[in-house]
Amino acid sequence: MAKKKNTEQPAAKPAGGLFTYAPAPESPAAAGDIASSYGHFIGGQFVDSSGSEALKTVNPATEEVLAEFAQGTEEDVDRAVAAARKAFGDWSALPGSERAKYLFRIARIIQERGRELAVLESIDNGKPIRETRDFDIPTVAAWFFYYAGWADKLDYAGFGPNPRPLGVAGQVIPWNFPLMMLAWKVAPALATGNTVVLKPAETTPLTALRFAEICRQAGLPKGVVNIVTGDGRTGAALTAHPDVNKVAFTGSTPVGRAIARQLAGSRKKLSLELGGKAANIVFDDAPIDQAVEGIVNGIFFNQGHVCCAGSRLLVQESVQDELLDALKRRMSTLRVGDPLDKNTDIGAINSAAQLARITELTEAGEAEGADRWSPECELPGTGFWFRPTLFTGVSQAHRIAQEEIFGPVLSVLTFRTPAEAVEKANNTPYGLSAGIWTEKGSRILWTAERLKAGVVWANTFNKFDPTSPFGGYKESGYGREGGRHGLEAYLDV
Amino acid sequence: MSDTTFARLDVLKTYKLYVGGKFPRSESGRVYEVTKATSAAGAAGKREWLANVPLGTRKDARDAVLAARKAVKGWAGTTAYNRGQVLYRVAEMLQGRREQFAAEVAVSEGIGPKKAAALVDAAIDRWVWYAGWTDKVAQIAGGANPVAGPYFNLSTPEPTGVVGIVAPQAGYGHSLLGLVSVIAPAIATGNTVVVAAAAAAPLPALSLGEVLATSDVPGGVVNIISGRTADIAPTLASHQDVNALDLTGAIAADGPGAAAALEAAAADTLKRVVRPELDPFAQDWTNAPGTDRLLSFLETKTVWHPMGI
Repeated sequence: MAKKKNTEQPAAKPAGGLFTYAPAPESPAAAGDIASSYGHFIGGQFVDSSGSEALKTVNPATEEVLAEFAQGTEEDVDRAVAAARKAFGDWSALPGSERAKYLFRIARIIQERGRELAVLESIDNGKPIRETRDFDIPTVAAWFFYYAGWADKLDYAGFGPNPRPLGVAGQVIPWNFPLMMLAWKVAPALATGNTVVLKPAETTPLTALRFAEICRQAGLPKGVVNIVTGDGRTGAALTAHPDVNKVAFTGSTPVGRAIARQLAGSRKKLSLELGGKAANIVFDDAPIDQAVEGIVNGIFFNQGHVCCAGSRLLVQESVQDELLDALKRRMSTLRVGDPLDKNTDIGAINSAAQLARITELTEAGEAEGADRWSPECELPGTGFWFRPTLFTGVSQAHRIAQEEIFGPVLSVLTFRTPAEAVEKANNTPYGLSAGIWTEKGSRILWTAERLKAGVVWANTFNKFDPTSPFGGYKESGYGREGGRHGLEAYLDV
Repeated sequence: MSDTTFARLDVLKTYKLYVGGKFPRSESGRVYEVTKATSAAGAAGKREWLANVPLGTRKDARDAVLAARKAVKGWAGTTAYNRGQVLYRVAEMLQGRREQFAAEVAVSEGIGPKKAAALVDAAIDRWVWYAGWTDKVAQIAGGANPVAGPYFNLSTPEPTGVVGIVAPQAGYGHSLLGLVSVIAPAIATGNTVVVAAAAAAPLPALSLGEVLATSDVPGGVVNIISGRTADIAPTLASHQDVNALDLTGAIAADGPGAAAALEAAAADTLKRVVRPELDPFAQDWTNAPGTDRLLSFLETKTVWHPMGI
């Protein structure tokens, strides 16, 4: 049983005379049974760790412990890699059409169990149920559905005839979109004939462990998917394992750098999806209301725990005042609170550690002279929370303009000419994504051509689709996930 | 608790056309007899009666084209992801009726139950194959073109519209697997179809209509007509509102001359034509389908847009 919890939070204060909202809580019981402790999923079954260390995952909205789970040891990783290796021969030898059918089954079961997964994800991560229900879980199902279709079509993917899988893939994923990141990693790996050992993040292991059950329901052969839980030590053991042929990592740039260093000289194929500091560029002819919605979605979606978040707003000077007034008005209507309330816009910060990081960087922003603004809003008494925050008067040298905050914090800079916008947008070691707001199509394309970013959204933001490649330039990593391009990371090509 | 001993009488199915998502009888009110195929072609003696099926007419074909045209906008307008899920749903539904179809394929093609069941399995898997293509075809048939100038230039495949299909009338697996192999690629890309079923082996085709009707396929996307191909095919070939013609079964049905005549009739409105194999009787529908049919009913649209401040 999911632990009982009083889900009532104070209703968000109406701003500007808007409506109040009665609470519309989703039932935590819909998350299904959460065990008090979990082992790893290796070779088709749940097994105990060889070590005795256990970690706890908490509901960041309540600080309640949801479950204990194993801290994976080197021996655990070794067993999981051995199971994946053993499964690789038969799995890769299956006709692609049969592999496809397993993945289609997984996609369907995820759709069937969508509500359960959405609630579980919200509880474990702190993100609003509206996002897990309408975005995370449907995207997970879509990802499996899309890559299922590739499994028997690899000859048509543009990598030459009969492209071969790499072998065992070691995959380490972050906590911001736990199940979605799993899908981005597992679906293409399996479609191409690899087997996987996946380590979910140590603050959000529950949906990955639930996914193990889904693999069993789908009849997936044992050892094709293995899940080993734990913190960074487990991750390091996995990426270092000599019998791993492919490493895929999504997370911070410093860890990505360390993995690249660790793999130097090996024959392991590596793909990295790392940090970002995306510029959201608003030109003077942009439709202001639409742009404001896009800016809000860009930085406050998922509490700003998004590597491609539009965390730097670059606004043309002539429309700065108008835009910021509208933006502040809109921010005042954001509802921060209970993630399981269907009206909630901004949920809980994922962990105390992340809250501390956001707090530290915003304090640095003030100390360096930027102007801080947040709307009035009441925060719940327990749990990890951060008000949506805006910094104006930010210079390019400020830490809040350079470092990834990974929270609901927007830094506003200005520009006068398109060339200046491009120069400022590119003035970062990152290059994951960018946004452009203008009514003029030719200006969109001119700007996009000059941006050093792997994904450019024009008059929209934070759009994802399994058919569309995603990944970064520069220190945002290499390799692409999604689309036909996403197959390459898992093929010996 | 009955103490009488008699063999229970089966309830026989009335086979009907599938048009516009409904199951009409032929407007003619006429039917024709379908008999069991024997492995030795032309075996002497009276062949075993299987069913009376609607003798579809030119008017039935025209009604079907109307239904198919009506369905184009909605079907072509769905997302590729959605179409993929619908096609996958067809596979799910067909899997549930595997035994029924195996029996129909066995009597339609004069083959044993094991082979027939394998052909049904292959037909299910073919739906899955094409379900996976809906959201990938644009990625192999379209793309950015590096024109020599400051322009964004992108080509995208779009569905042709209404496709008239003379279903396979011969070859190993033609009655169901062959039929699926011609319908699925056409609708995967957003076209709608009117199918002249295999005249001598229409039972799997008419039953497939029942599967499609319960698979989230919108009415009118697939329309299936049994009857004389010599009546139905020319109506499709000359119809002003049909955009493409798949003549796969035309030679086996009515000979090379008839196929050529249909192609000539199609020229009037410049229909895209898929020609039949020269020897349709040698065709083995279990062979891997490739992408030929998938790419046959597409229009490439190229969009130019300038780049500049």
